[in-house]
This record gives sequence, structure tokens and C-alpha cells, in this order.
Amino acid sequence: MNPTISRRSFLKITGLTIGVSVTPFGYSLLNAAEKKDFNPNVWLHITSDNKVTMYIGNSEMGQGVLTAQSMIIADELEADWKKQVQIRQGGANNAYKSPILGAQITVGSASIRGFYEPLRKAGAAGRAMLVKAAAETWKVPESECKAVLGTVKHEKSKRSLTYGQLCEKASKLEVPQNPPLKNESEFRYMGKPMPRVDVPEKVRGKAVYGIDVNDGNVKGLEGMLYAVLARPPAYGAKPASFDQAAAEKVKGVVKVMPIPMGIAVCATSTDAALKGKDALKVQWDKGVLPDMDNAYVEKLMMADLDKPGAKVHEAGDAKKAISEAAKKVEADYYVPCVAHATMEPLNCTAHVQSDRCDVWGSNQNQTLCQDMAAGITKLPPDKIHIHTTFLGCGLGRRGFTDFVPEAVILSKALGKPVKVMWTREDDIKHDRFRAPMTHRIQGGLDAQGQLVGWSHKTSAISIMKPINPNAIKNGVDYYCLWGLWDVDNSPHWNNRIQYEIPNLYIEMLMADLPILCWPWRAVQNGPNAFPIECFIDELAHAAGKDPLEFRLQNLKNNKRATRVLQTVAEKAGWGKPIPAGQGRGIAQHACFGTWTAQVADLSVDKTTGKIKVHKVVAAVDCGPVVNPGPLVEQIESGITIALSTALKEEVKFAKGGAASTNFDQYHIIRMSEVPEIEVHMVKSTDKIGGIGELGVPALAPAVANAVFNATGARIRRIPLTPEIVLAALKSK
Amino acid sequence: MISLNVNGKNYRVDVSDDVPLLWVIRDHLKLMGTKFGCGIGECGACTVHIDGKAERSCAISVKEAKGKKITTIEGLPENHPVKRAWIQEQVVQCGYCQPGVMMQVAALLSEKPAPTADQIISKMDDVICRCGTYLRMKKGIKTAVQMTRKEGK
Repeated sequence: MNPTISRRSFLKITGLTIGVSVTPFGYSLLNAAEKKDFNPNVWLHITSDNKVTMYIGNSEMGQGVLTAQSMIIADELEADWKKQVQIRQGGANNAYKSPILGAQITVGSASIRGFYEPLRKAGAAGRAMLVKAAAETWKVPESECKAVLGTVKHEKSKRSLTYGQLCEKASKLEVPQNPPLKNESEFRYMGKPMPRVDVPEKVRGKAVYGIDVNDGNVKGLEGMLYAVLARPPAYGAKPASFDQAAAEKVKGVVKVMPIPMGIAVCATSTDAALKGKDALKVQWDKGVLPDMDNAYVEKLMMADLDKPGAKVHEAGDAKKAISEAAKKVEADYYVPCVAHATMEPLNCTAHVQSDRCDVWGSNQNQTLCQDMAAGITKLPPDKIHIHTTFLGCGLGRRGFTDFVPEAVILSKALGKPVKVMWTREDDIKHDRFRAPMTHRIQGGLDAQGQLVGWSHKTSAISIMKPINPNAIKNGVDYYCLWGLWDVDNSPHWNNRIQYEIPNLYIEMLMADLPILCWPWRAVQNGPNAFPIECFIDELAHAAGKDPLEFRLQNLKNNKRATRVLQTVAEKAGWGKPIPAGQGRGIAQHACFGTWTAQVADLSVDKTTGKIKVHKVVAAVDCGPVVNPGPLVEQIESGITIALSTALKEEVKFAKGGAASTNFDQYHIIRMSEVPEIEVHMVKSTDKIGGIGELGVPALAPAVANAVFNATGARIRRIPLTPEIVLAALKSK
Repeated sequence: MISLNVNGKNYRVDVSDDVPLLWVIRDHLKLMGTKFGCGIGECGACTVHIDGKAERSCAISVKEAKGKKITTIEGLPENHPVKRAWIQEQVVQCGYCQPGVMMQVAALLSEKPAPTADQIISKMDDVICRCGTYLRMKKGIKTAVQMTRKEGK
């Protein structure tokens, strides 16, 4: 993958260039030749060598966005994928801002659902302009000309011209804003499996990730320094003392510099920086809440549930409906902190010069990178050049680019390029975790077993409060509620409880804890789907109904939820006998405009408490499918990581800070624990939805419901570790 | 000065004996395919071959690798069945752990060209993939085994 193209080199190229202008009111297509001050951030560029270059502004973290977005353009453009198409990572610019999210950011499963229409239009506009250029050249009606695989043909006269031959002439034409799009039956690439373009270089070991940036692969980084930071072990802890001289004595250490995030050791190699950090022997004070450990967190958040919360949503009279209900069920749930722990630890390389600042790295939020670097350097945003590399997994963590200021501050102070690397211990201990949540749900059923009321109180650590207090409205942080509730007309599409509940009351509390949190794959859809789908199971049990039947009965008007539930039931053989000793659980969830239902089959070893998941079957309705292979991989991947959180992951806290340090203590799922996974796509022509995060939310409740089915024990928290399962079996 | 043989090439690097091999490979030799994942030999992202055996380059010092034949992902032949199988089965997602994973698999297959399911698990449980590509890895291993078998005949 070539690095970001520079404006100068871009303007040297001639040909047809189609870009986009994104404003708060929508987007419009642009032609480079039309606009004098055209910036180089474009979607597609056709050159006289008959190449079509796609520039992708979203970050590639294995979800296949480079391939999928390029497929959309190439299809509508009618380009020849094998012979013509080349794909480049775009830089940071307003032009790449997501039309639905308003920033250049790869989160919220929004890359396809956000860009599907604009990219189709950009490709189709290019095709229309090339056809028009050919028709004008031949002086024939446009209707007699047809674009076929990179060539415009005039059948009658048997003439043809390549896109390369036509691009100059086409560039003089106005870009149509609403070009005719292909019918689905005309799609050449979309809907059919396309090998991902990033796979070969990743397999060869040649792919450059942020952590790989150095003077060997990027020009101008000669003399760069490698930095690591000693970071506070507890929230709010300040250094009381450290041995600067000892660190500076280490061979290769160039500079020790306290900065707001910790004490930085800059050296000529990673190893020297690490040794220098060890030599610092920092003594830290106790921080803001030295008593905080896991028990403290859980106790505080459970106690929150006895306090009145801020009203989130009220429909009907839930309290009355529940008190008058034929049957009443109440349960409390807990979902603890989990870490992102992406395989590539956080890192950033920056080079601050008097007139420009370059930032290299794996990031999911170019807009925020640029803003942060501009804030420190005082340079205008257009002098901040963001070079996005491949990401060694994202999971949302790289959407908050707190790793960028460190490198920018150090490079600015030292006048040299600096790469800051987080160790694995830094990466886990100083993660911004998936926000922990407690829930208390009360539900009421009528005599027919129909859901009549639902009252839901939750306490969560606010995601947005520490970075953007203005995002908190009347005591509510909606980011914490996705999967349960979201604002009206949310750009995140449909992250609300799906059940048809006539009387619904939701309230929330923001837990007063210093733990920093941030979206983690699916954001809080995971920690909200867990209690909702487990509670639905409890209600079904109370109603004496089959869990599938009970769900369908309370989703009567929800076509897409019904469809995925029926599909998964059929494919998993719901209702058919399962091997003795096994349990089977079901859950459904909708988020980011897509619906899923999952069935998990498992066994529980009653002497050790160990759960073995045998098989997970998933049904998915995301509307149109662009690239089916990577789409299914995303679901498998989401199910796998969700199983990791369901069975194993919980961040440990001690003495006021995170105590989990590395993979020997923070356990992540491995090959032997991964079940067979079957993914079934529901054929759907409904609105296109997101996929990257969808695999996660339904899995943990499906597993917990299967544990109940196998053992009769309701476990209302994750992870379902052997200790917790054994305790639940004993107290049953 | 320490002499190292990496991917068939001899290097002399000016580092102290105790530096983990990983940092020498990355910072000094600029072979960036070998990844840093944990620094304690838990995740396998830094796996290289030392005299044909899969080793965690983050957990062994450069001194211990002296005089031995070191192979990194860049030195695994392009037509190696594991590399071809990994492309054919589209195993990778973010791909960060995969160079180490592929080196782990290549070492396994050179020792056991047709490993049993248990033998696969016992070696592959030593690596972590946060994207969760484990099922694709299993497919990739199966395909690499078949390729080797077919081409060996």
C-alpha cells in the first residue's frame, strides 16, 4: 500500500478525478478540473495509462474496507478490477468525513452503510462522464454507447475507447449529481466474493503497521528516536520521585522528559528506551481512589441501582403495568470492564517541523488525530499530515487517539521524529475499557404470557463525560445505552431494545469512578444485550413458553428480527433434541442497522465448572451484501471475541488502578476454545446496515441462556468462569 | 558487535548481549514482519525459526541466537505452502499476529507434515489472534497440509 499521496504529486497527474464535498447538509460530487482549489482527497482517479486509482479514507483493520469500498466504486464505474484498479489509503481531510458520522472515523460499523450510496454515485458519475465523452468524440447519441469493463463501446460502428483514452475529455465535463445507478442484476462485483487486497502483503510480512514505521520504510525519519513512558499505576497518580540520572546513563538513552501522560524516555532504540524506563524507578503517589479494586467497583455500581436515576425514556406506565401484571420478574446483572488489547499495542510516530507536522500510525480517527496535533503544534490543520498505516486490530480503541499527543509533544520538544510505543502492560493497564454496567430489570407478563411492562435501571461509567461533558444530556450518556436505548434519529441506527413493550421505563446513573472507558467493539450493545436477552429468557421461563416462541410473540411487528430468529431456529434445529447433558440458548439483537440471532450449544462440566461451547449458529440480515467473504469473517470474528468476554475476560483492579498487565493474566480466547461457527445470511433487500460489530452482542446472552438450559442455573454476570459457574451450581 | 545469520544473510550489529532478539530484528535489521505483541512469550506474534524451531524472539536474547540460523517471515519462501494457503483461505484479518502464526504453523508442519487435530491445537494454543481468525487458521493449516502432500508426490 502506498502512503498518502501528496497534494503536489497529485496535481501533476491529469485525468478524470472525482471527489466529494461533505458538509453538515450532505455531500456532493466534484470534478477536480472544475475546482481550482481542488484538494487531493478523492475517491477515484482515472489516468491516461488506463488505471483507476481508488483513495479510501477509512482505516483498514482487517474488516476489508479497502476492498469493499473499492468494489462499490469499481462496480458502478464499470472498471476492470484485475487490470485497472489500484487502491490507496487516503490522507486526513474533511472530504473523507463520513456523511453519517460527520468525522473521518472508522467506527460504528459505518464504513459501508455510510458510504454505500455516495460511492455508488461517484462510480456511476464517472461512468456517465466517460460515456458522454465517448459519445461526443464519435458524435453519436449517448444512448448508443455502453461502458464495459474499462472501455466505452459503440456497438453500431464497432468502435471503442478505453477509460484512459477518454479521461482527459471526460474531465472537462460537469459531474452529474444523480447519475443512473446499476440494477442489482447488473452488479459485476458487489455481492460476489472478492479476495481482500490487503491479504497478500500481510501474508508476506510486508504490510506496514503504525509500530513498523521507521527510517527504513519512511523517508525523512533518519535519526528518529524511540520512546516509552513510565505511566501512573493508579488513576490520577503523580510521580513523587524518579531517578532521571540513572535512566540517562543507560546506553542509547537520549532524553528523559516528564510530560502530562507520564515520564518519557527517548532513546536510539526500543530496547534502550525500555531499559531506561526500568532505571527510572519512579515512585508514584496513591492517586485519586487508592481503595478501588474489583469488589469496590461492583459494590458501588450495584448500590447505584438503589438510587434514583436520570430518566432516559418513558412510554406508558411501566410501574403500574408491572405491579398489576399476572406475573412479575426482577433480576440484577453485572458486566465488568474488558480491555481492547489489540495485538498491535498502541503507538504513534510524529515529526514536528516549523511548517508542518507529520503523524504516522494505526488510527481509527483521522479527524481527532489532526485536531490533537494541531492543538499542540499550533499549526493549521492543513499542515498536519496524517499517514494512516494498516491497523493491528482496532476494536474501537484507536478511535480515541490519546497516543498521538505524546509523540507530537516529544517530537516538538526534541526537534526529531519520535515513535512512542506502548508496552503490552501500558496497553492493557492504560486502556480505556469497555464501560462496566449494572442493570436492574423488572418485567411484567399478562395471563397469556405477553410482555406488558419493562422497567430498566442501569449504572455505567460514562464514556463521554471525561472527554466531552457536553455530550451528557440531563444526566444521560447515550453511548452507554446503545442496545437498550438511543436518541431519536441517531446516526447509529436502531441501537434500541427491539421488543414491543407497551409500558417501558428506562433510567440511568453514571457511576462515580475514575476508570476511563471508551467504545469497544459494538460499544455498549454488548453490555446491554446481555441483560436484555438473559432477562427475556427469564420471562419466557416464567411465562412457561419456549424462548424462541416468547421472543417471536413479542416481536410481532418486527419483520427483520422475526426473520433472523426464524432462520437461526431452522438452521440450528431449534426444538429438536440435543445430546444429553448439553444445553442450548438463543438470543437476538439489532444494532447499526443490522439484525442477528444466534443459537449456542454447549456442555458444562459440573465438577470443574468449565464450559465447552460446541457450536454457534448465527443468522444475519444486513440488507445488501457487498463482499460476502469478509462479511462472514466479521461475524465469526465478532462471535469469537464475544465468547472471549463471555467466558474469560475481566480487567482486574487494585490500589486505585488497573492491575491486569499482560496476556499471562488477562486471558484471551485461544484456538482450542473456539466452537464451530455457522453464519447464515438472510436474503434481504432492506436498507443496508453495518456488520463489523454485529457478531458481538447476542453471543454472551445466548451462552448464558444455554448454561441455564444445561444446568438450571441462572448466571447474571460475565465472564462465566469456572469459579462463577461452580458457585452458581452450588447455590442453585 | 554480534554476528547474526538471518534469512541466510550475515549481519553484524552493535548491541549488548542481553537485548531481546526481537528488537535487533526490528530496530537494527529493519525486518518489520516480526511483531511485538507482549514481550513475555505469551502471544506468539514475534515467532521466528531458530535452527528450524519456532521460538519467541521477544523472550530470547540476541546472545542465545548467535551462530544459529534465524528465519523470519520475510525469509519464509513466497511459495511456502503456509503462505499460499493463508492467501487462498483469506485467513488474515488485521494480520498483525499472522507472521508469527505462520512461522508457528510452518515449524509444526516441517516437524509433522500431517498433524492430528490434537497436535495442531497443542501448538496453536500458544498463539493469540485478537481478531479471532482461529477457524480460518484451521482451514489454512488443512490446505497447507494438502498442498504439501500433493506437491510432495
